[in-house]
Amino acid sequence: MASSPLIDPDVLERVLASALRRGGDMAEVFAEDRRSSSAVLDDRRVEELASGRERGAGVRVVDGDTTGYAHTADLSQAGLLAAAEVAAAVARAGGGGTRTVALGPVASAGDRSLVDPAAVDKGRKLELLARADDAARAAGGAITQVQVSYGDSRRRVLVATTDGVHVEDDQVRTRLSVSCVATGDTGMQTGYESVARTEGFEVFDRVAVADLAQVAANRALRKLSARPAPSGELPVVLAGGSGGFLFHEACGHGLEADHIVKDASVYTGRVGEQVASPLVTLVDDGTVAGEWGNFAFDDEGRPAARNVLIQDGVLTDYLWDWLRARKEGRTSSGNGRRQSYQHLPMVRMTNTFLLAGTEDPEELVAQTPRGVYIAKLGGGQVNTATGDFVFGTSEAYLIEDGRITAPLRDANVIGNGPDILRRIDAVATDFAMMPGTCGKDGQSVPVGCGQATLRVTGITIGGTAT
Amino acid sequence: MSDLVALADRVVDGARAGEEVEAYVARGHDVEIRAYEGEIESLSSATTGGVGVRVLVRGEGGARLGFAWAGSLEADVVDDALAEARDNAAFATPDPHLALAEPDGVTPAELDLWDPTVAETATDDKVALALEVERRLRAADPRIRQVPSVDYADERVEVALASTTGIRAYSCRTGAYLAAAAIAGDGPDSHTGTGISAARGFAGLDVERVCADAVARSTRMLGATKPPSGRVTVVFDQRAASTLLAIVSGALSGEAVVKGRSFFAGRVGEQVATGSVTLADDPTDARAFRAAAYDAEGLACRRNLLIESGVLLGFLYDTVSARRAGVASTGSAVRGGYAGTPGVGCRAVVLVPGQLDLEGILASVETGLFVQSMIGVHSGVNPVSGDFSVGVEGLMVRGGELAEPIREATIASTLQRMLQSVLHVGCDLEWLPGVAAGQTLAVADMQLSGN
Repeated sequence: MASSPLIDPDVLERVLASALRRGGDMAEVFAEDRRSSSAVLDDRRVEELASGRERGAGVRVVDGDTTGYAHTADLSQAGLLAAAEVAAAVARAGGGGTRTVALGPVASAGDRSLVDPAAVDKGRKLELLARADDAARAAGGAITQVQVSYGDSRRRVLVATTDGVHVEDDQVRTRLSVSCVATGDTGMQTGYESVARTEGFEVFDRVAVADLAQVAANRALRKLSARPAPSGELPVVLAGGSGGFLFHEACGHGLEADHIVKDASVYTGRVGEQVASPLVTLVDDGTVAGEWGNFAFDDEGRPAARNVLIQDGVLTDYLWDWLRARKEGRTSSGNGRRQSYQHLPMVRMTNTFLLAGTEDPEELVAQTPRGVYIAKLGGGQVNTATGDFVFGTSEAYLIEDGRITAPLRDANVIGNGPDILRRIDAVATDFAMMPGTCGKDGQSVPVGCGQATLRVTGITIGGTAT
Repeated sequence: MSDLVALADRVVDGARAGEEVEAYVARGHDVEIRAYEGEIESLSSATTGGVGVRVLVRGEGGARLGFAWAGSLEADVVDDALAEARDNAAFATPDPHLALAEPDGVTPAELDLWDPTVAETATDDKVALALEVERRLRAADPRIRQVPSVDYADERVEVALASTTGIRAYSCRTGAYLAAAAIAGDGPDSHTGTGISAARGFAGLDVERVCADAVARSTRMLGATKPPSGRVTVVFDQRAASTLLAIVSGALSGEAVVKGRSFFAGRVGEQVATGSVTLADDPTDARAFRAAAYDAEGLACRRNLLIESGVLLGFLYDTVSARRAGVASTGSAVRGGYAGTPGVGCRAVVLVPGQLDLEGILASVETGLFVQSMIGVHSGVNPVSGDFSVGVEGLMVRGGELAEPIREATIASTLQRMLQSVLHVGCDLEWLPGVAAGQTLAVADMQLSGN
């Protein structure tokens, strides 16, 4: 899929030079051309087949601690120069004047997708939806509603800066999710499962959508006989791949340098300290091929990297974008991301995961006399200042006498990040990842989360049963 | 205005024989300013525009619908979107209920939602406002140790809609927002309080309120501890109640009902809430932040009374869900900008106010919990089953007054049960950004989980 550059290098050079005309330390052009398609099957019908195209560029000018930003859907030289003019208005320090900017050859990640979803016949995508719908409904007569959602996108990105960054990336993402409603005597229950990968349509050569649909349907069906979740503090065993969001919320956000430099995180100033159980080694890694938070270059043109955040329980580093790294005189960790060209970049996670341990996952349950087993988590949220965080359960069971027993209705679980990290007393070997969408300051980006089965000695379950 | 309407008309004129076409064209101007430590941390400004095109083709077994959107108003890109929507329609499942909206004779309300001060105010004055709030917050209280962000934002939005079925609508609105966060305390006993103000224009923003809220909400949480578990009466403050109301109104969507995804399905005429609950969605109230003359299919918005004295009267519908249910659209189509297709949604949910204000409601509670903010609403509330479990911070209520602060706790129940347990609806109605008004709300018998 060789293609011409989104913006010619000589135009980029002129726009960057113009952006620093009034002064400033750095100027950047971020251009994006994103094509997407989606299809939704709901209530047995393909209701919505949609295609979208978003193309534009943002110009950023940084002058001291101040950032100016303007974006435009007009990628012509005139359009970009107009955006540069607006972005440059924040530069007040002076020191501008005529600048020349010379960019080197573009570094390109090339295309890592085998099968561009845009080239796949729409009928083949719809077959996937029908197959998933059939499988979900076949899982049980109590399945009363099924929604299957498919989406793909190809995002071409170009970043050029007055610091000499000049890169292109080509990110292809494909996803499919199934939501089921089961209806019984006690009302309705829901089940959800998804696959989401930074790769092309070839993902469906490996992933059987019928299996995915069955998992979602069974989740809803089992909950029909669920009892209310307990209220209060109990030991919790999180299944492998169910709850990487635990770390995303419990400490991931709190390790983002924008919170750190503003002293708005409980983890500020704690590098080198034991912040977690020695069983915890936490990594954020944008390079893991195919995972939902994977890319070759971040949205500031920095190569994706593997960053160890917590090693054997000791805090080793934070996550950095260009702006916050500069303030500390270091380099970005490759975590500068943005939702689209209409947004400023900020510090974001990529694929965040806990390295596997040595325990047998079944033994871990057997050694827990009473507690809650969470097979699948929903989303979560954190208050980074206090470290208090929640995550929802979407498939959970009681553990009684070391055995997984009654299914539980959905509830939120609440804990304090630094406290919960210290209460992890066992980590198993069955590592798995799962995809998610991370929201921060109104921007959404795809992320991956991962962990093996683990146990927290006590965490507050927000159910109603006493 | 005319260029957007002309563009929508041009798309619709491209309809081929046997096709119905609808064009939704939007343009927005946005400014966002963040202040930090006496400086502008960031200032962005932009104009965005785009088009969403739906093509409907009738045939054997019903109509097929295709959709395409583009983030551009340039003619060639818009033409591509029409062609792509047409192609997509060919793959959809024929459905007898699919249709574009048709004029229904309801006259749209005359609403003035455009405040010229948004465009007229100089950027420097907007910057000065953000810096002023930051300065005041830092000086407000010695316990405030950090003001991580003060944000000013405004927008001017224009939308034109046209269709081959006779829809033609143009509307424009402005909005201005001010939001600030303050952190009180040190180390693990750090608490964030936020203040927000939203108005139609620059002049309507309430700086005093933003500062007072950010300070009070952060400082009163100092020393918060995890409470013991138990059953309590919960008093939701205006902001928390607005969030709660928005969730409940999601289950009043006729689309969720006809697809068997609402716990309200099949319950019209039943007592679903206590008699103190009378709930309407009224986008024609110009004070509502999301007030609108037209819905997202170009029909007139109207006041829809949904629950009266606790009895469920009906649901909200857009054109397609109404046809599925065999009723008429209630003018309740919404969409998430030009990249989204219409769906059912509320814009201005409001409860008929009761007699008591916050103080009066607290005075009626011997022991309870006052909730100032909730987290995990998207993960802990299931609008299909009604299961409700969210993280909260707030203050205990003892002897009818606010007492010690609490954190790291959850409250849980089901939405069905909560509606049947509403003790008081506050008289303190305030329009907040979002789809529901803020009114203090007291709900009996929820499970508080802590130690």
